[in-house]
Amino acid sequence: MSAVIQTPEDREASLAGIGVSRLRKEDARFIQGKGNYVDDIKMPGMLHMDIVRSPIAHGRIKRINKEAALAIPGVRAVLTAEDLKPLKLHWMPTLAGDVAAVLADEKVHFQMQEVAVVIADDRYIAADGVEAVEVEYEELPVVIDPYAALAADAPVLREDLAGKTAGAHGPRDHHNHIFTWEAGDRSAADAAFAAAPIKVEQHMHYPRVHPCPLETCGCVASFDPIRGDLTTYITSQAPHVVRTVVSMLSGIPESKVRIVSPDIGGGFGNKVGIYPGYVCAIVSSIVLGRPVKWVEDRIENISSTAFARDYHMDGELAATEDGKILGLRVNVLADHGAFDACADPTKFPAGLFHICSGSYDIGAAHCSVKGVYTNKAPGGVAYRCSFRVTEAVYLIERMVDVLAQRLNIDKAEIRRRNFIRKEQFPYTSPFGFEYDSGDYHTALQKALDALDYPALRAEQAAKRADPNSPTLMGIGLVSFTEVVGAGPSKMCDILGVGMFDSCEIRIHPTGSAIARMGTITQGQGHQTTYAQIIATELGIPSEVIQVEEGDTSTAPYGLGTYGSRSTPVAGAAIAMAARKIHAKARKIAAHMLEVSEADLDWEVDRFKVRGDDSRFKTMADVAWQSYHQPPAGLEPGLEAVHYYDPPNFTYPFGIYLCVVDIDRATGESKVRRFYALDDCGTRINPMIIEGQIHGGLTEGFAVAMGQQMPFDAQGNLLGNTLMDYFLPTAVETPKWETDYTVTPSPHHPLGAKGVAESPHVGSIPTFTSAVVDAFAHVGVTHLDMPHTSFRVWQALRDHGLAL
Amino acid sequence: MIPPKFDYHAPKSVAEAVALLGSLGSEAKLLAGGHSLLPMMKLRFAQPAHLVDLNGIADLRGICLDGDTVVIGAMTVENDLIASDLLRERVPLLGEAARLIADPQVRNRGTIGGDIAHGDPGNDHPALSLVLDAQFVLQGPNGRRTVAANGFFLGTYMTQLEESEVMVAIRVPSFAKGTGWAYEKLKRKTGDWATAGCAVVLRQSGGVVTHIRIGLTNLAQTALRAEEAEQCLLNQPFNEAAVKRAVAAAMAITDPAEDLRGDPEYKRAMAGVMVQRALNNAWARSA
Ligand SMILES: Cc1cc2nc3c(=O)[nH]c(=O)nc-3n(C[C@H](O)[C@H](O)[C@H](O)COP(=O)(O)OP(=O)(O)OC[C@H]3O[C@@H](n4cnc5c(N)ncnc54)[C@H](O)[C@@H]3O)c2cc1C
Repeated sequence: MSAVIQTPEDREASLAGIGVSRLRKEDARFIQGKGNYVDDIKMPGMLHMDIVRSPIAHGRIKRINKEAALAIPGVRAVLTAEDLKPLKLHWMPTLAGDVAAVLADEKVHFQMQEVAVVIADDRYIAADGVEAVEVEYEELPVVIDPYAALAADAPVLREDLAGKTAGAHGPRDHHNHIFTWEAGDRSAADAAFAAAPIKVEQHMHYPRVHPCPLETCGCVASFDPIRGDLTTYITSQAPHVVRTVVSMLSGIPESKVRIVSPDIGGGFGNKVGIYPGYVCAIVSSIVLGRPVKWVEDRIENISSTAFARDYHMDGELAATEDGKILGLRVNVLADHGAFDACADPTKFPAGLFHICSGSYDIGAAHCSVKGVYTNKAPGGVAYRCSFRVTEAVYLIERMVDVLAQRLNIDKAEIRRRNFIRKEQFPYTSPFGFEYDSGDYHTALQKALDALDYPALRAEQAAKRADPNSPTLMGIGLVSFTEVVGAGPSKMCDILGVGMFDSCEIRIHPTGSAIARMGTITQGQGHQTTYAQIIATELGIPSEVIQVEEGDTSTAPYGLGTYGSRSTPVAGAAIAMAARKIHAKARKIAAHMLEVSEADLDWEVDRFKVRGDDSRFKTMADVAWQSYHQPPAGLEPGLEAVHYYDPPNFTYPFGIYLCVVDIDRATGESKVRRFYALDDCGTRINPMIIEGQIHGGLTEGFAVAMGQQMPFDAQGNLLGNTLMDYFLPTAVETPKWETDYTVTPSPHHPLGAKGVAESPHVGSIPTFTSAVVDAFAHVGVTHLDMPHTSFRVWQALRDHGLAL
Repeated sequence: MIPPKFDYHAPKSVAEAVALLGSLGSEAKLLAGGHSLLPMMKLRFAQPAHLVDLNGIADLRGICLDGDTVVIGAMTVENDLIASDLLRERVPLLGEAARLIADPQVRNRGTIGGDIAHGDPGNDHPALSLVLDAQFVLQGPNGRRTVAANGFFLGTYMTQLEESEVMVAIRVPSFAKGTGWAYEKLKRKTGDWATAGCAVVLRQSGGVVTHIRIGLTNLAQTALRAEEAEQCLLNQPFNEAAVKRAVAAAMAITDPAEDLRGDPEYKRAMAGVMVQRALNNAWARSA
């Protein structure tokens, strides 16, 4: 072999570290069908579970007859709330401090609620068993409208809470009231409104939608009656939390509970909570002493697992005549369904909704969120967003548009006038968030230039002047700020566990490495990007770094992956663990080179003696030494664990622009252009960022243009299959144009902020902004989502614009 | 999403299939592509005790010419309609419209015979067969009979097809020279049934309409042939006023059901838009 002298640049390139668009490690197995999802798991002697669900939305269970089901050969058991009662498992705590029925206890509260489970030798027999279970109901009046739920004479939904005048988040003033939560300064906001010359207000409904991951929820629970331990393979975004909850509910010590999240086919918040199906499968396995598999179908997934949003919002802005915003007031009625099962940090029943002052320097603000019960499925998860940030961004971005329209100021200009200026960071918002960094003006200008915004406005003016134009043209603009990376444990916990995350790195003797994390990838490409962080930090090629997550028996405890927290929290844990290793490696290298640590320089993959390029030790050399002959006084081995408790959230931001052309005959909206500029701080793998942005924009498009969960007056969910529920394919999906600026987070060890949810959060109000803009010339200030052809056509008709 | 138990039969000939239908009675269902039947079975809306699978009968698949009539085997799948040169030459409307049906996977299994026999007003082939003056060849215990598409569709999931009969072929006259055609289908997304659909076939002579068929998809209990709308144009010069009258006449016979695609008002309005577009496109293609 010829001795090729590699430059530091060559060596750096060979690491494929931070900043490299490294191909995804995960894809080889996924595109060849070699993934290992929960439903791929088969165990010897495994039984199958299926669920009897309520056909009605509200009713009393008068009788359940299992006889016919039990008579079917191959049916092993039928369990109802009565059977779970002795175990005290017929109800379970929710993440939001409420309780939820595991199996309906005397009453059903929503259509498709779990009433009984059937365990059988195969999936087919289980389904036959479900059909054979006879349940008799007495129907009760149904409450679908959350405003009606608060009427004095509204039916009592939660009889189990009778007499409880306080819930987990304060007093309850009505039998269907869950909590009222406030943030900001009410009197300061009121004073700003009293003094302001301009006031605008807008009511808007952010519809109930469902994250609808490609893989539905399910588990395989396997209790070993001899050893007394429980292994559960589960579709969970937070396996460690599941282990804690399972241990608390079952009484099995946490050391005997193993939770494994194998490959996960998308989560988007839908796989954070604990579902009755999981609990029943685990109980069934314990009772029967055999593995039990439960995997729900699509209809069950959409109708009974966690929904998102369903916020009825009233926003108000106070401003000067020239558009400077002085005050913000927000009132929300939040439809939580039958049980409060929102997945938020404990102290925040409305999540981080109080990020709703957005990218703007607003003097005074106040918001109030009231949660109510209705006869709908429970949930309230963050669908590809940090806790309720989507709702908050939608609210403020819509309000700023409304104000711009009222004052006849361009949408871009009014934003410019109100942005928090670069030099104001770190900036404390009127709700108390401390924004870490941002440069909104630069990003906005870049976006406007990219699409030649003035030319678009000119084209729109020409179209508006032509009464025969077959299309209406709308331009949407959004400048959002997100709050992600939950979160600092002084503010954020889930069931009392602080929202830190963790990493354990072990360097092997020959210089390759394994890292284990408390997070779990569901498509984000952790196995690829995490290795890149270690590669750059430790000078080991990312190719030889194995990343493992999801098995609670091997991975360090972490809170999981949702809320764009993996890079902000776990990514920081990786850097910190790597730095611990780096510090030890430096000691070993100094010993090997017989110099003091202070005489060493780190260069890409090696410690060099300052001033002498020929004397160096690579990280691989050091690894060998650490196992072979560590310096006296140092432990052998080269590994570290770090639990990272973030000092603050991170605040990614972006500027999105969208042009739609609306067919005046059919109401169809065609997205002509969509430009997304994202600033997520340091970019670890630009290709993966781009992929995440494409995915988030596509889901944003789905939400804005088609996703909906309408209920009829009887509480039937209309449209719970993929025939109606809109999942765009490549055919419907617009072409995305992406761009970026880089404003690193000053408090994150890598400067990274997190990105996967920004495109979802940012794009949804952009589509609405564009559709509404198409009608702005006839005085329309807002149209509720989804902007389906049908609904847009109704707006065309109402304003005399339909052809 | 799990169907109840059923028995499966795989006859090798139409005669065998007909015999099975005879012996198994109303408990039996024919299985073609399965893309309408199997979803209903998975939801347990349909619970046949026997499935008689037609996929093993080679005679039922393929497209050929009988004189001037194109004969399409009932088991011919949508993707074969799209790929057929013979159809492109003789009845180009069929392949073109088939592209708007469902999605590529469904089109790979779903058959023209199943699409018609199912009697679903949302399906596209019923209205297409009406405007093509198609004839259906049905084989039962007493042999074969041929019925016209016009009059075949009796109601939702109800047709003239007897329980004991197999649809064998669809016979479609070739387009005369100069025929114009169009299929306009408004849908929410790929793989969706029509919010409103309109098929048109027409011929002209010196600017006057000499032949016209207008068919409507998913706008009533069955596919509709809009005969009064046709009368507004037949033997008339084709112009905006005539089209307007035809559109109004077509809209008048619709009776759409409310669903998440829209309410009756929207669907009726969309019927008008689709009829207008289909007429104009077909006209532009005629000579
Ligand atoms: C997602 C999705 C989207 C769809 N979108 C559309 C669409 O946009 N437009 C559209 O037209 N269709 C659509 N379909 C339906 C699809 O085209 C079906 O394939 C078609 O309706 C039925 O044909 P099949 O061959 O699958 O029949 P099957 O489902 O096997 O059978 C349907 C019925 O017809 C009977 N049958 C079948 N063949 C015969 C025969 N030769 N003789 C007598 N009876 C017979 C069966 O017994 C059964 O009752 C869609 C289906 C799906 C799943």
